[in-house]
Amino acid sequence: MVPVAITVNGTRREAELEPRTLLVDFLRDHLDLTGTKIACETSQCGACTVHLDGKAVKSCTVLAVQADGASITTIEGLSSNGELHPVQEAFWEKHGLQCGFCTPGMIMTAAALLEREGAPSDDQIRHELEGNLCRCTGYQNIVSAIREAAAR
Amino acid sequence: MATDVTEAKTTNLIGEPVKRVEDPRLFTGSAQYLDDLRLHGMAHVAILRSPYAHARIDRIDTARARGLPGVIEVFTGADFEDLNPLPCAWQAGGVENFVATPRALEIDRVTFTGAGVAAVVAETKTAAEDALELIDVDWVPLDPVVDLEAAIEDGTTQIHENAASNICMDWHTGDAEATEQALAEAEVVVEQRIVNQRLIPTPMETRGAAATYEPSSGEYTVWLSSQCPHIMRLLMTAFVFGIPETKMRCRALQMGGGFGTKIFLYPEYVLVAALAKKVGRPVTWIETRRENYTATTHGRDHISYLRIGAKRDGTITALDVKTLANLGGILSTVAPGIPTTLYGRMLSGAYRIPNIHCQVLGVYTNTGMVDAYRGAGRPEATYAVERAVDLLARELDRDPVEVRRKNFIPPDAFPYDPKILAGLSYDTGDYEKALDRALEIVDYEGFRKEQADARKEGRHLGIGFSTYVEMCGVAPSAWIGTVGQGWGASMWESANIRVHLTGKVVVTTGSQSHGQGHETTLSQIVASELGVPIEDVTVELGDTLGTPFGYGTYGSRSAAVGAVATYKSAQRIKEKARRIGAHMLEADIEDVEFEDGRAYVKGAPDTAKTIQEIAGAAALAYDLPEGEEAFLDDTTYYDPPNCTFPFGTHIAVVEVDAETGQVTLKRYVAVDDVGKVINPLIVDGQVHGGIAQGVAQAMWETAEYDDQGQLITSSLMDYAIPKASFFPAFEVERTETPTDVNPLGVKGAGETGTIASTPTIVNAVTDALSPLGIRHIDMPLTPERVWRAIADAKGGE
Repeated sequence: MVPVAITVNGTRREAELEPRTLLVDFLRDHLDLTGTKIACETSQCGACTVHLDGKAVKSCTVLAVQADGASITTIEGLSSNGELHPVQEAFWEKHGLQCGFCTPGMIMTAAALLEREGAPSDDQIRHELEGNLCRCTGYQNIVSAIREAAAR
Repeated sequence: MATDVTEAKTTNLIGEPVKRVEDPRLFTGSAQYLDDLRLHGMAHVAILRSPYAHARIDRIDTARARGLPGVIEVFTGADFEDLNPLPCAWQAGGVENFVATPRALEIDRVTFTGAGVAAVVAETKTAAEDALELIDVDWVPLDPVVDLEAAIEDGTTQIHENAASNICMDWHTGDAEATEQALAEAEVVVEQRIVNQRLIPTPMETRGAAATYEPSSGEYTVWLSSQCPHIMRLLMTAFVFGIPETKMRCRALQMGGGFGTKIFLYPEYVLVAALAKKVGRPVTWIETRRENYTATTHGRDHISYLRIGAKRDGTITALDVKTLANLGGILSTVAPGIPTTLYGRMLSGAYRIPNIHCQVLGVYTNTGMVDAYRGAGRPEATYAVERAVDLLARELDRDPVEVRRKNFIPPDAFPYDPKILAGLSYDTGDYEKALDRALEIVDYEGFRKEQADARKEGRHLGIGFSTYVEMCGVAPSAWIGTVGQGWGASMWESANIRVHLTGKVVVTTGSQSHGQGHETTLSQIVASELGVPIEDVTVELGDTLGTPFGYGTYGSRSAAVGAVATYKSAQRIKEKARRIGAHMLEADIEDVEFEDGRAYVKGAPDTAKTIQEIAGAAALAYDLPEGEEAFLDDTTYYDPPNCTFPFGTHIAVVEVDAETGQVTLKRYVAVDDVGKVINPLIVDGQVHGGIAQGVAQAMWETAEYDDQGQLITSSLMDYAIPKASFFPAFEVERTETPTDVNPLGVKGAGETGTIASTPTIVNAVTDALSPLGIRHIDMPLTPERVWRAIADAKGGE
């Protein structure tokens, strides 16, 4: 067992973990933060995307021990003071989600993108979503939502 | 007492783009999906699956696995011999079906890679998975049957004892003799073999099940990611366990997509329920993506031989289709019903075709189970018809638009009986209207000029059409339940509305959202009809405890059947509210109207009783009209008199790079007619997603087995789920031709995109390559396939 200390959504969390524990399993099974989803196990789908020190990462491809000392934001920690994040607002407004399973990862990727790029073009948005799969929306309203969030 | 009701007035929300009421829990991460369920003392299940496509099991030794720390118990098929095999609940109608279905765990033989043969129950998921490695199975591999056409040839290994030549059923519709004669007399006949390849549906949430068993009452509770919890309970209790239906409760939580795969009863569901009893603890099993690819149902997988006959002027005189439908190694729940009732019966498409015949052979092969996938039979039918019409136009050197127009069923011909629908008729339609609008959007004349100019430069631009019609809102019970259709049950849908004392409204239904937004759609209807704020309506679904029995959600039936049930209950609630309102107003019932949430005396709308006041009075029941029951509560079991038949025109514009075979989708235009629309935001979303799945079939997706029956595309690394960058923005519009089948005028919108889009793309690519003499390429139109077709056309390079 290995000790880790990770700040998750602003709170320092300590645990003793098997070294093979993935960050996503730490979040879901140890902290009960089940908003982050597992959908592929091969790092293709992006449903498990969280922010690690401000960058979007796939938490199924990071060992929890690698995140030792880091700061993680999950979908549960994205809105602040009861205010939805602009990307959440825009996904609602533009019907950017259907079944909602890819949505937490999509939103975390989009939030990091907008933090970095400000006002990306549609083409850029579509390419930046390379690591996030959605099977419901055909991506059209996700792209609209991210464009809308950028404008807010 | 007079009440100022101006504030209680609610606008009609039917047809409005209302933001979805279920969304906040989804985009904040608080929604509870199956894998988020935490039951106290929960043990984890992992399943050992066959590495062989076809094999005998001589012996399974679980001793080493049992010894692993954390393992509670290990089970094999022999432990569940008392449970019946799963039922095949929808068989091909009117013919004998040679049925073979799975068991909770297979006992002595497997017929596809991925079949479950042993199960570990452990304290943790990792311990359960680790233990699988320690189970020793003595396998005796048998000859696998993988190729669909070879499967029915003489001398091929027979997979199931009861299915000679590996044929599960030999079904046909239409008039074989008349069609043969019409083809013989036709001025032109075009023939083509087409492949509608196997697909892996891939909802983002995989399947799973969790269960508890209460020994004192003998009751199971089973959590499933299911499109139809009531059917799951019925099939498990009455068919597999042989216990009263009341001894099981099935619950679906938030669902991460389904696309048909979550309609069916799977072996793992039965297994998990049985394990809860055996180990005396809550148990859970969440499917891995690899399991989802090997053990969850696939879709499509047809090979068809088309013959279309016509006059030289383009008038179609006959269509004959022979189809081999791959059903996999063993039957899923409704596998034989899909390529028959939902496929063969739709082969007339949007056209008057005087002579049609279709034969379908359902075939076993040593591959994964095949069953309904979004569209379920109708995409395959549309692909066949729309390719046939295009091939005919090419053969006659006529514009594919002109040939379609010439053969369209005209608006005044509805209801239209295509003679192969076993007594049903297309409800309403105006096919040219949708076509004309789509042509206008794409600027067809302008495109043909651009195409001609591009050809002079050696560029290959193409345009493709699909003027489809499909069938939603399954189905009138008297039709689907007849011998001809084979389903031994009915197909109505249920809804209950209760207006509580506080005026808040609870709707329960047998429909089951798996991403479509039922809570919003049904709330819009109820809020509009009862005149209450939409925030005051709660929709509860997915639990056999607390919802009326219903058949669930698939086949785009929730608007055309489930929502209509809800609407009808709302009408009866309104009628009761009018009666009680009249009593409260001390007026004659004949003089009182109910409108916008208020009962008032005709001509005096300012003096009214609100629905909230009436609900309160109805619940308290101190003073009701004589003979009136307490409470505003109504249940409807709505059995539709007909299915509904949405239609439309889809157009794709593509460019093909003849050097690399790369196809670029430049534009995609869809003009759909789904009847009246309840929420355009939701309908547009359904259309977008459907188009993406259909375009993906046409261009990228294919499930591939090797010659030993190993699934090569067994993860998201190998199976081509499209990404955002693969698509242009779709141009989506609608015409609106209400159905007369139901009072809402709605037809259904969940599958039009997948149904229309595959021939649209293939027709566009073959149009682009027509100067090279290429008339057909099988899907998916990957660069390699297109490049090979071009190379072949040029005489090999």
